[in-house]
Amino acid sequence: MSTPGGHKNGIVEGIGGPPSTDVFIKALWRDNPVFVQVLGMCPVLAVSNTAMNALAMGLATAFVLLMSNILVSALRNFIPRQVRIASYILIIATFVTITDYAIQAISVDLHKSLGAFISLIVVNCLILSRAEAFAAKNTIGRSILDALGMGAGFTFALLCLGAVREVLGSGSLFGLRLFPDSFQEWIVMILPAGGFFTLAGLLLLINALQKRKKSTA
Amino acid sequence: MNAMTSISKSGAGNSRKMLFAMVAIGLLCALLISLTYEGTLPIIETKQAEALQRAIFRVLPGTATTRAYRLLPGGRFEAAEGEAESGEVVYAGFDDKGELTGVAIEAGGQGYAGIIRILYGYDPAEEAVVGMYVLESKETPGLGDKIEKDPDFLANFEALDVSLTADGSALKNEVVPVKDGEKEHPWQVDGITGATISSRAIGNMLGKSTARWVPLIHEHRAVFEPKNEERK
Amino acid sequence: MLDRTLHISTSPHIRKGISTDTIMLHVVLALLPVAAFAVFSFGWNALLLLFTTTAACVLTEHLLCLWSGKTSTVSDWSAVITGLLLGLTLPPIFPLWMAFLGGVIALALGKFIFGGLGYNVFNPALVGRAVLQAAFPVAITTWFPAFAPDRFRSLSASTLAFPFAEPPQVDAVTGATPLSAFKFEQMGTETADLALGLISGSTGETCAILILLGGLYLAARKMMNWRIPLAVLGSAFLLSAVLHWFDPQGCPSPFFMLFSGGLMLGAVFMATDMVASPITPLGVVLYGALIGFLTVIIRVWGGLPEGVMYAILLANAVSPHIDNWIQPRVYGTAKTKSPV
Repeated sequence: MSTPGGHKNGIVEGIGGPPSTDVFIKALWRDNPVFVQVLGMCPVLAVSNTAMNALAMGLATAFVLLMSNILVSALRNFIPRQVRIASYILIIATFVTITDYAIQAISVDLHKSLGAFISLIVVNCLILSRAEAFAAKNTIGRSILDALGMGAGFTFALLCLGAVREVLGSGSLFGLRLFPDSFQEWIVMILPAGGFFTLAGLLLLINALQKRKKSTA
Repeated sequence: MNAMTSISKSGAGNSRKMLFAMVAIGLLCALLISLTYEGTLPIIETKQAEALQRAIFRVLPGTATTRAYRLLPGGRFEAAEGEAESGEVVYAGFDDKGELTGVAIEAGGQGYAGIIRILYGYDPAEEAVVGMYVLESKETPGLGDKIEKDPDFLANFEALDVSLTADGSALKNEVVPVKDGEKEHPWQVDGITGATISSRAIGNMLGKSTARWVPLIHEHRAVFEPKNEERK
Repeated sequence: MLDRTLHISTSPHIRKGISTDTIMLHVVLALLPVAAFAVFSFGWNALLLLFTTTAACVLTEHLLCLWSGKTSTVSDWSAVITGLLLGLTLPPIFPLWMAFLGGVIALALGKFIFGGLGYNVFNPALVGRAVLQAAFPVAITTWFPAFAPDRFRSLSASTLAFPFAEPPQVDAVTGATPLSAFKFEQMGTETADLALGLISGSTGETCAILILLGGLYLAARKMMNWRIPLAVLGSAFLLSAVLHWFDPQGCPSPFFMLFSGGLMLGAVFMATDMVASPITPLGVVLYGALIGFLTVIIRVWGGLPEGVMYAILLANAVSPHIDNWIQPRVYGTAKTKSPV
């Protein structure tokens, strides 16, 4: 639970405060759900084999996050404390189901390639943690900004992974061939192992950058 | 906060409040889900039917319209009206003059990395399989997924002999997979070097499926002829 | 670097003062006949391949040391061993650019990221090969016949494939290895051919006799734990003898099992990696037996014809636990859970 002054700890937010761009930037970059909090690894590793899948997954998650944050924030004074987790899960599951239908209606192929991972958004700890740690204690305006930032941060991170994996593993980006036909695909990159390699490489890069920034500051 | 106040209230009032909140949220969620379901159902159904139709067009060259038939217990076929709820379904294809181009049949079996599901087209006039399309596979990218792309492998299914014995009860020669480059007869399926297990799996599931379906369809082929059946 | 860390081993504690560098140099010497035979049977392709992997490993080690501000550890010969072993486990006409990449991955991912020599959890050469196997499954199973007549006159187009380009399809008649011949075509190979290396296969795995001689040399100089190869080969022999007795069609004879594929090379030179194997005598035997069993199981029931690489990597992963599990209890103390 939040403590007075928990604001500075980053992930657990204090109560109140007006909506400000700081909320958005913090959620997008400084507390990036994938690169900093390392949350929601299941979809990050499983459906980042192409940039398109990564983008779709990121947007689907962002949508669920936004809608559930709005509803949780709006109902925050109505939901009794003892049943709050059950209520949040109910709300999240609803929007996941809606997203599932929507993706099916947009493209059958996309739905097939994302497979069970759409339904699994419901257990993405990123969404429940934002509902519990942020939306339940903040105004709708701030919750929207937080969801937008976190959603964009999640999508951005997935897109980074998806782009690296698709370029190396299939020689293309968003399905467009980047190299001549003779390019040798690195098949490991589209296998699950490639997800771990890429994520590890990106985390290494970001930690190294932050370390350097700290030592120069 | 409300957390503090709700704890201090009496137990009965508290649980009534919890119950009320959960029911209210549940109703709200149910409303949202059913609205979305109603809104997207027709779109999803059209899209799925289109996807199936595209697959049928691929395995039955020259097809313009399709029609689903259900296999009834006892081995007869019946035109499936709307959604087929139960039983196995095959799809008859007709060209733009309304002539039967063939019957598309689903088959499946264990591949290297999971179940492979295919759709293949059987042409009763040619007594041959005339096309194969992989509906679903989890085969290794770059190796096993050659079963979907390798032109030499797909050429196996342009005229795969499934002619019947004189009494029409069984295939003259069952479809069998062979090693790459050793195909000698029109009923053999050439494998792919480097994707032995996946390509053999296709050959085997075709062998099993044709041995069962082709005599059945041949026996009841009159059902599929357009003149005996009111066209849609 | 090593002498700063606490040296943990069971008794005897008084030893001859052989340094790491000396042992590593002798391992290189023991590998040289194997490498020479590889060049003799597969020609210039093999020579270039071995040179590329070794250069890649040495270069990567040197650059990574420079980059992280350490003194370069290239002179301890361990990078040379990793490079040579990696090259010896790849097919002779493996594209050089992939081989180079494999060398970089072996050193960076298999060794340096864990902290360098003495800290690697897995055998670095096998880490490199495992990544290559997953990345380029076609190239790594494209074999080349041994003793091809023009092996010293021309280079394969596959070897010289342009960086990041797909190697051209070589002639379809190139020799299948004895293992894949058995797995996919139920064809056996004479044991004598296997032992003498008159067969196709990875660059350095074909001549079992030279590998054994190298191992005997190291064992005689007490620079290698002879229990490991003995346990690996013994357990593989036993399990395949039993399986062969039950089902001669599904499992090849124990002699075929021992002399085919990379089992000999793996047992003598890779399972014996001093850092990634257990240290207690009993632990070593268990570790070796695990490798032998896993190899036979993967070869007989797995989808791939060869399983030595995965067997050794898996055994590497459990080797600290083996040591922990059989750690002798100090006399008079109660049984406690010891930390890993």
